[in-house]
Amino acid sequence: MVMFFLKRAALTVPTFFALMFLTFVAIRLVPGDPVEVRTGERGISAERLAQFRAEYGLDQPVWKQFADYVWQLLHGDFGTSIVTNERVLTEFFQLFPATIELSFFAMVFAIGIGIPAGVVAALKRGSLFDQTLMGLSLTGFSMPIFWWGLLLIMLVSERLGWTPVSGRIDLIKYYFEPVTGFMLIDALLSGQPGAFRSALHHLVLPGIVLGTVPLATLARMTRSSMLEVLSEDYVRTARAKGLSPFRVVGLHALRNALIPVVTIIGLQVGSLMAGAVLTETIFSWPGVGKWLIESIGRRDYPALQGGILLISAVVILVNLTVDMLYGSIDPRIRHGR
Amino acid sequence: MSVHRSTLLGLGLAALLMGSTAASAKTLVYCSEGSPENFTPALNTTGTSFDAARPVYNQLVEFERGSTKVVPGLAESWAMSDDGLTITFKLRKGVKWHSIGAFKPTRDFNADDVLFSFNRQWKPDHPFHKVSGGKYDYFADMDMPKLLKSLEKKDDLTVVMTLNEPNAPIMANLAMDFASIHSAEYAETLQKAGRLEQFDQVPVGTGPFSFVAYQKDAVIRFKTNKDYFGEKVLIDDLVYAITPDPTARYSKLKAGECSFVPFPRPADLAEMQKDPTLQVISQSGLNIAYWAFNVQKKPFDDKRVRQAFNMAIDKATIIRDVYLRAGQTAKNLIPPTLWSYNDAVKDYAYEPEKAKALLKEAGVATPMEIDLWYMPVQRPYNPNAKRIAEMMQADLAKVGVTAKLVTFEWGEYRKRAQQGEHTTAQLGWTGDNGDPDNFFFLRGCSGARAGGQNITKWCNKEFDDRLKKAVTLGDPAARTKLYEEMQVIMKEEAPDLTIAHSVVYEVMRKGVTGYKQSPFGAHKFVGVDIN
Repeated sequence: MVMFFLKRAALTVPTFFALMFLTFVAIRLVPGDPVEVRTGERGISAERLAQFRAEYGLDQPVWKQFADYVWQLLHGDFGTSIVTNERVLTEFFQLFPATIELSFFAMVFAIGIGIPAGVVAALKRGSLFDQTLMGLSLTGFSMPIFWWGLLLIMLVSERLGWTPVSGRIDLIKYYFEPVTGFMLIDALLSGQPGAFRSALHHLVLPGIVLGTVPLATLARMTRSSMLEVLSEDYVRTARAKGLSPFRVVGLHALRNALIPVVTIIGLQVGSLMAGAVLTETIFSWPGVGKWLIESIGRRDYPALQGGILLISAVVILVNLTVDMLYGSIDPRIRHGR
Repeated sequence: MSVHRSTLLGLGLAALLMGSTAASAKTLVYCSEGSPENFTPALNTTGTSFDAARPVYNQLVEFERGSTKVVPGLAESWAMSDDGLTITFKLRKGVKWHSIGAFKPTRDFNADDVLFSFNRQWKPDHPFHKVSGGKYDYFADMDMPKLLKSLEKKDDLTVVMTLNEPNAPIMANLAMDFASIHSAEYAETLQKAGRLEQFDQVPVGTGPFSFVAYQKDAVIRFKTNKDYFGEKVLIDDLVYAITPDPTARYSKLKAGECSFVPFPRPADLAEMQKDPTLQVISQSGLNIAYWAFNVQKKPFDDKRVRQAFNMAIDKATIIRDVYLRAGQTAKNLIPPTLWSYNDAVKDYAYEPEKAKALLKEAGVATPMEIDLWYMPVQRPYNPNAKRIAEMMQADLAKVGVTAKLVTFEWGEYRKRAQQGEHTTAQLGWTGDNGDPDNFFFLRGCSGARAGGQNITKWCNKEFDDRLKKAVTLGDPAARTKLYEEMQVIMKEEAPDLTIAHSVVYEVMRKGVTGYKQSPFGAHKFVGVDIN
């Protein structure tokens, strides 16, 4: 088990390094550098341009910039934002709780509905429920997040007035300083009556929007995995033994069917992060996604490099954990069979 | 944001106390379009960052609300010497600094604060010069280092500014955001505590609102400064709810989550105007989009050709199809909101046949090929330069001119156009200080050299003499006369085709009263009330 873990962990090192390299190069391929982007029609004098470029190390050859960056990273320094002058790590951890909160809610929504729906669809294969669910999940899967988000805002918030349009809490009624950065927890800690409810209320719509694609994926995966398991000999045997349908499905079939689903959940973390970029923009959600979008516009190299690297690190770590979990759920994996 | 723990605690407690009275307080929610870079205008270049600092600060002189007129601010009066080289500012007495968290000011505003605010930007050896990146783009762009000779404190309430050369627009420069006045005492306190960066993150000013808290990408909170010396503040709390997406801003406005939104999508305007719960206001932006002809290249050295090109383009259709409702035809280089605008100037009408005849008269053989450069980016004055170029291309084809569309990466585009590599190129300008010189210098002879701002490379003595003279005159009426004449010369000489001024829209809930739209696109909420 330990060897398996170490092997898996070792594999993440080249992945991380490749990511670092790709991010570094990709940003520099985008036209316009951080200094040029600050200047409008007036432009900037050659001397001032040279001075600023030197200050940010942009006058160095790209290989040297990369080597310096790697050296910096090895010392745990993610650099300083060119725009705000804040440490990238500080900015990231200021905003990351909002993204985690949103992603967590989205995942709970996706798992809470996706897996049971998938199971029922498998059990009632070919039924109207199954066909409807599969149709809906295909729609959900292919839904552009931006469009879906705006549509829900117009319908649920504007027309029906059920949820707030955007933000994390009612800004007029509630005000407290962030303690953990997680609005639900901070609202509880604030002791202000109604604050938690308001925070939860604000989380619903963006959570649903972000959770839609994972929900569709999970429902489809659970269904197909369940169908496969239900046709296995041991399920037939369980049924033949006269076990209750609940025990057959819940204890024998579902446990095995969930193995590939766990991997999918891990992989979904990556797509959640990608989805968060859009969802946060639509819902004015102050997370890292929105921050990265702004950093691209401002060509804030350190913020972008650091941000993408940190998000990637989170995705890699989650997948590593899932791999571990997978290993412990299914012993065949860790024994390399 | 690295705010000291005790400050946060203080702010938190203050906020808790505030929360209890929130029900009766008047709160205006401004759904702003983005996060500020920091709260020191001198370090910033974006309207978003300036807007975030505007509630907090004052300048020595200020722009009157809703106009480009310079009026007293922290200086209650000023006197310019006859040679135009010395300006003596009499400072306002008894102006209180905001008290924020742990910082409790022990004295009122005085000359030390003025010296601190300018010297930080001007003197590289100033202890705060390098703080927060230390880039003072506007101070440099407005040529302040070249203009300023000295800045001295005569007594606590008198400051004397000496210039290297007479410069009438300097008063407008001093009303700009970069010239905001900061507390020298606050700086000193932070310096002693070794927390210099906090100076630009937790702002202390004299303005109508004092800073309460900022959560990146989420919210900025201000509360009314009860001691404010200026126009009465009618609301209790001002909240900037950061909402970058224009569609979300509109939804929030409809739902009553915002009181005021900037930058609506042009496509939403018709619906907004029909909504009985909203009010839509608009005025032309302080900007110009133009199409410059390089007069140093044939055939544009001939005035008749430039005039013919002015007649060949159907501007009205461009405004209708590209700007939608957010633009108005420009006949002068300056927008109609700017003083000295000459409304008597007559623009060229769209007359392709006349254009053809004029080209023939100038001896231009058609079909002729030209380069038509367009910017690769959207600008405040030009939503889609490529689309405009395509429409111009179609119009030009009708008079026998084949236009080849050319573009480069933005920085490169600007550089090459300033070098004069183009035959014709689109570009534009956004005014900084509401002074006509800030627009007309774009056609001056000094900018016509290679690398200069005048991308028409047109150098006309009649025009340039007036331009140079106008900056030395203190009398606005005399300056106005010169600028009006210059507009006539420009139209006749046609070094460019003035395309459009953008139209800036702002939308608010019906109950919001007293708001005046700023020609600079600034958002200020002093004097604004909610019913």
